[in-house]
Amino acid sequence: MHTEPSQASHAAMQELEDIELQLLLEGVFRRYGFDFREYAPASLRRRVRRRVHAEGLTTFAGLLDKLLHDPACMERLLLDLSINVTSMFRDPTFYLAFREKVVPQLRTYPFTRIWVAGCSTGEEVYSLAIVLHEEEVYERTRIYATDINESVLERARAGVFPLDKMREYTQNYIKAGGMEAFSEYYVAAYDGAQFHRSLVENVVFAQHNLVSDRSFNEFNVVVCRNVMIYFDKTLQNRVHGLFYESLAHLGVLALGHKESIRFSPYEERYEVLDSSEKVYRKVA
Amino acid sequence: MYELICIGASWGGLSAIGRVLADIPTAVDPAIVVAQHRHVDSHEGALGELLGLRIDRPVRDVEDKTPIARRNVYLAPPDYHLLVERGWFSLSVDERVQYARPSIDVLFESAADAYGSAVIGVILTGANEDGAAGLAAIKHRGGVAIIQDPIGAERRAMPDAAIAATVADAVLPLDAIGRFIYGLCVEVAKTA
Repeated sequence: MHTEPSQASHAAMQELEDIELQLLLEGVFRRYGFDFREYAPASLRRRVRRRVHAEGLTTFAGLLDKLLHDPACMERLLLDLSINVTSMFRDPTFYLAFREKVVPQLRTYPFTRIWVAGCSTGEEVYSLAIVLHEEEVYERTRIYATDINESVLERARAGVFPLDKMREYTQNYIKAGGMEAFSEYYVAAYDGAQFHRSLVENVVFAQHNLVSDRSFNEFNVVVCRNVMIYFDKTLQNRVHGLFYESLAHLGVLALGHKESIRFSPYEERYEVLDSSEKVYRKVA
Repeated sequence: MYELICIGASWGGLSAIGRVLADIPTAVDPAIVVAQHRHVDSHEGALGELLGLRIDRPVRDVEDKTPIARRNVYLAPPDYHLLVERGWFSLSVDERVQYARPSIDVLFESAADAYGSAVIGVILTGANEDGAAGLAAIKHRGGVAIIQDPIGAERRAMPDAAIAATVADAVLPLDAIGRFIYGLCVEVAKTA
């Protein structure tokens, strides 16, 4: 008869897997310099497990062996760990709030620098560019769009998104206060929608690692939505420090709907511009 | 001892979840986490308010890194996956799993990873197969698997898939699930 393993062996199994995962992250860091050791474990474990299966392997230790000896395998893991799935005008109410509460402030500046941190494949960058264009402030704005991964930046630069997403994106765009016909912003080519190059005229795409790189400019706005949810609390606090340092006085910080600066060491340094949209302004 | 009760439901889940939660006496100590498939645009607090009226426990919509406290009920926010870490929750916006975000599989598998045999998993009514793999993962780590009897379920696809995926500890009509959980968490604890 089949017998279930005992409680003790369950615990041992778990412990072994934890050890393997820690060794893998340590190995990746020491061999390639990418530091995922302070990522939130649950999502990380899920993504690494998917890579284990995709490589036809069974254990984290097996994957570590392959990673150490095969840089191409590391490239694939890096993609798994750094692609943050997003969509154009995800959370349309955020863009509405941006139009109403942030843009008026930007109008008072001769020039505005915006940092989109962890821009992944760029959907958010193009959305923001469209909003700034419609609000007639794009001409005097520069957007710095950064990501840890050079190959997702390539895709962001290309500005081609799946055609079958355009229905959803159009609906989002309208809810986000869109003023034109959304289809004005792209041309259909094969199964992709190629967004107009003019939208990225004032965008600089560059590699930047939030975990290990320093601040590189002073910004009026930092947008970092649904990126830090993949980090653990310690790393989150460090990145909050990076953003705080990078923001000019009265600079705006925009986080995802379910993120917050509450309980971070920088809570007192910001005022709330929009509590449900998680938009803050640096005041101290 | 059990530390976490995970409940997953889809089609017809709202009233089923309300019933199960109302039936779990306040003496039951573990935190309770709920993943109910919801529309992306569904009004944020609506589910929480609805449940809060019916049950005598704090009901909270989870934000990133919300700490897990005993007795509280936590709801997965729409359009995010909810994952369990040891002592807190994290969120992700990874691809939909089984067309769903929140995915019950993602919640259950992460709960099994974090809390092992201290997890009780409950699959209720639903018209898809989400949750079956997750419940199997909970069982595989030594936790408890409870499934709503497909016969009385508003939609039976989800309970059917769960039954096929694992050896359930109990397949029960909706109105017996709260009582069974009470037995696991309170009566067994007393005699142990």
